[in-house]
Parts: sequence; C-alpha cells; structure tokens
Amino acid sequence: MKRDSLFLIGRRLLQAAPVVMGIIVVTFILTRALPGDPAVFFAGPAADEKSIAEIRASLGLDKSWPEQFWVYLQNLAHGDLGKSISTGQPVIEELATRLPASLELTFMGLFLAVAIAIPLGILAATRPNSLIDHLCRLVVTIGVSLPTFFTGLFLVYIFYFLLGLSPAPLGRLGIIHIAPDHVTGFYLIDSLIAGDLEVFRASFSQMILPASTLGIFALAPLARMTRAAMLGVLSSDFVRTARASGLSRRTVLWVYAFQNAILPVLTTLGMVFSFLLGANVLVEKVFAWPGIGSFAIEALIASDYAAVQGFVLAMALMYVLLNLAIDILYTVVDPRIGLEG
Amino acid sequence: MKAHMQHLRYVMGENPVTFFSFILFFLLMALGLFGPWIAPYDPLASDTANALKPPTWAHPFGTDNLGRDVFSRVITATRLDLAISVAAVSLSFVAGSVAGVCAGYFGGVTDKLISRLTDTIMAFPLFVLAMGIVSALGNTIENIVYTTAVINFPFYARVARAEANSRREAGFVEAARLSGNGHGRILLFHMGPNIMPPMMVQISLNMGYAILNAAGLSFIGLGVRPPTPEWGIMVAEGAKFIVSGEWWLAIFPGAALMLAVLCFNLLGDGLRDLIDPRMRT
Repeated sequence: MKRDSLFLIGRRLLQAAPVVMGIIVVTFILTRALPGDPAVFFAGPAADEKSIAEIRASLGLDKSWPEQFWVYLQNLAHGDLGKSISTGQPVIEELATRLPASLELTFMGLFLAVAIAIPLGILAATRPNSLIDHLCRLVVTIGVSLPTFFTGLFLVYIFYFLLGLSPAPLGRLGIIHIAPDHVTGFYLIDSLIAGDLEVFRASFSQMILPASTLGIFALAPLARMTRAAMLGVLSSDFVRTARASGLSRRTVLWVYAFQNAILPVLTTLGMVFSFLLGANVLVEKVFAWPGIGSFAIEALIASDYAAVQGFVLAMALMYVLLNLAIDILYTVVDPRIGLEG
Repeated sequence: MKAHMQHLRYVMGENPVTFFSFILFFLLMALGLFGPWIAPYDPLASDTANALKPPTWAHPFGTDNLGRDVFSRVITATRLDLAISVAAVSLSFVAGSVAGVCAGYFGGVTDKLISRLTDTIMAFPLFVLAMGIVSALGNTIENIVYTTAVINFPFYARVARAEANSRREAGFVEAARLSGNGHGRILLFHMGPNIMPPMMVQISLNMGYAILNAAGLSFIGLGVRPPTPEWGIMVAEGAKFIVSGEWWLAIFPGAALMLAVLCFNLLGDGLRDLIDPRMRT
C-alpha cells in the first residue's frame, strides 16, 4: 500500500513534465512574439544600424529559433530570466523579493474562503431549502459575478472611509511601523518570531481587507462544490446504512459524509487557486500591495517584457506545483485511487 | 417548437430569477445598441465647474473629476464592454468548436495535439496568461479581444470534444457515413447541430467570465485608453477618489459590470435548466 502510493506519486511527477515543457515553450514564444524588432526596442530610439546589430547579437536574436530556444532553456536552468529594464535588476531577484508578500495575501484569502465556504456548504446541504441554503445560493451567485477590484474598492469605502475601522489601503504596513526581520518573508509569521505583537497587529489589519476581497471571490466556487458534493454523498446508500445502524448524526456527517465529499472540493480548490493567482494581481493594484502582481503591472505599462514573461512563467510554475501538491494529497486522502492504477 | 415554448414558459414561471435575467439581458442589449442616444449628456464633454459632484437629479450618478456625467459614461460604455466580450467569445466559440469536434470525431493524433494545446493553456493561471499575451502582442483593444479568446478557447474545445466523442459511433453518424457523406459534411450538418445546445449553455456561462476578464485587463491599464468610457477603466480612474469619499466614480461602473456578469451567469444557469433539466442544482 505504502509503496503503491509512492509509485503513484512518482508517476504523477512524471506526468507533470510535459506540462512544464508546454509552459516553457509558450513563454518562449511569448518572449519572441514581441511586436516589432526587440533589438530595436532594447536599443532605444537613438540607436543606429550598427548598435542595433550588436544588441541583436548580444540578445542572441541573430540565431535560429531552435538555437535561441536552447539558450533560453540553459538560462532558465541557471535561474536567469533576464534583466528588468525598469529597475536594472535581474528579474528573478525582483520576483523573489516580492513573492512572499503575494503568497501571504493569497494564502490568507484562500484560508478565509475555505473557513467560510466549507461550513456554509455543509450547512446548506444538510438543510436543503432552508434559510441558510438560500443564503448559500445567494452568496454563490453574487460571489462569482463580483469583479475583485470592485469588491476591494467597495470594502475600502465602507471600512476605511465610512467606518474608519481599517488603515489606509497602502501596502503591507503603515509608515509608522518597521518591517520585521526577514525570516520567511511573511510579515505575520516574522513579527511573531520577532515577538513584536504591535507589528503583527498592524500587518494583520492591513491584510484583512485585501484578504477578504480575495476570500469573497474564492468563496463562491468552493461553497457551491461543497454543497453539491455533500448533497450527493448524503443521499447515497452508505450514509443511509450508517443512519439506519443508529450512528449519531455527528459521526454520520463528519466521518461518513464529509470525508467522501472532500475529494471534489479538493479538485475545485486547484481551480480556485488559478483564479486567485489572477485576482491577486487586481487586488494588489487596489491595495497598493507590494507583491509580484503590482510589479507585473508596472512592468506591463513600462513594456518591460522580460519582467512580464518572468512573472508569467513563475506564476504558471507555481500553479503546476500546487496542482501536484493537491494530486498527491488526493492520493493520500482517497484510498480508491491506488486501486485504479 | 411548441413544446419548447411551453418548456420555456414553465422554466420562467418556475424560476423568477431566470425571468429577471432575461429582462436584464434585453436591457443590456438595448443599452449596447442605443446607449449613445439614451445617454443624457456627451460622455466626453467635461465641465470643470461641476467636477466631483455627488449624485443629483441632473446627474443621477454624479460627475467625475473632469465634470463628465458618470451616468452617461456608464451607459455609453455598455457597447464597448459587450462588443469586446461578444467578439472574444465568438472567436473562441468558433475556434473551440472546430478544434474540439475534430478532436472528438477523428481521435488519434488530432485529438492528442488539440488536447495537449488545451491542457497547456489551462496549465496557466488564465488571467496571468492574458497579461503575458497582451504584453507580447501589444497593448491594443484588438489584442484584448484575441487574448480573451485564447484563454476561453479550452472551455469550448473541451465541451465540443466530449460531445463529439460520445456521438462518433452513433447510429445517425454511421448512417450518414454509409450514405457517402464526407467527413466535412458529417461534421457540419450532422455533428454540428447536435453539439449546439451544450455549446450555447457554455457561451452564456462563459460570457460573464469574458466580461470580467476584459474589464480586469483594462482596470490594470491595458487595451482601452482614457478618455474612452469603459467600465473597467472607469473603476480604475475612480479608485483614486474612493479614499477621499467620492464613491460614485468607481461604484456605479463597477455595479454595472457586476450586473452584466450576474445577468449572463443567471442566464447560463437558466439555459442549462432549459436544455438539461438533470443538471439543476
């Protein structure tokens, strides 16, 4: 059994290889599909023929496409994503310093969504057509229709301007606070490690609005799937048998029903994460959050191609990793998967 | 046809929400078609004496920082927002149906290639991929349309493939083949009409996502340029004023956007009930 699931996990890792290859090919095509001649662009408006040719050679653009692709792969293997023209720093460093801010926000949003969506879905499924079921349906319908940037601004208006409960939507910490020493890059964790509760509270209050915005967005598909999966499981034969055997409501609901309903929810979680990584960009813009999303937007506006492509590649690889993690979790949670293989 | 109408009336009566979404849909279409004539003011005319005025009877949605009427701008923007998403969805519908039906019908290498393509697109967080494509193709409205079409392509290709695949051995397809029809003819006249209903549902479920995506791109400053009225960019321009309390600049275009997306999502659910009652949730 143990060896079986290790084998399955290994096979799943192998299956991810063509996907990663596909991602690399697409990002390569995107870097070469720049409008006009990239060499002319990089050389600037005052360049003459000769300097353009030099830049073309230095960028490797005079070589054939397969050769260029080979160079691109080699650079990737060294973690070289090119230089950002707007900051002059290697793209990979720019992304690495900003990644923790984005991840902290995304995970917080996902956590909020899961913490609300799963109980809501279960409550709605156990009491069909009750008030809570209608509430769940309303939340699901409105949740998928709300543009994240609109939700964010709306929350800012209510909680910052009208009620004055939250701080100005300007990044991870107000100017009066100093960022905690870098350990994980997650301010909430780092401030606890440093034992600075003041900073912990400050960064938490900065994060609650953007995280709620992401949470509201991610909540809808999760609640919908939890409700549907629970409804399906609750009407199945083994739940009826468990009930007929006189097991307590609690045992039937949590041990029998929920453990079976969690699988489709886990699958949805992967899809939701894809949406969250996109929505994150918009939320970061609304809240001036110094993450990789804001960096990508600035790069896009400044036509800083290397930075944008590096961002796309990094996000895609992160998404593949996350899907891998979910699949592996799936293999561990669901014993039936081992039997099929 | 009569049975269809009866079923339609039944679904409408059963579900007032679907009825509401139909009304909203016609309202949106009317605003899209006749918006410029309905709008009480010129959406581009600035009037600095009346800048940043809260909603009044003369300006139901207030005025923006240049004194332009927000109500007129929201109405005029309907056409552009709908046009971008309709164009994108039509492109991905056509390309996705053709590719998906071929993959499902022919199988083999065709299927492998097309499935690999859709899998690769789906391996990206879609909005992030959209940002990458726009940056590569160049920052114009047409490219927003193409980009939105690319990221929605897999949804159509997958549905079409599944539908065609389940019918490739069906009696009517065999019969058509035996009576001497070529592959093209079979795909167009025998397969096509049969996969239409689920594809229509997909379109209306996907429209909302396409609108959100296009508005999201213009919110971060891609595609549409100011002063063109468009919901995403209006929210982005109004965002600066939220913290000082001028909420009407961003909230009204945002609400219009939300209503449009809501309308198509509800319509999609309603259409699905109409076509496939088993899928009701």
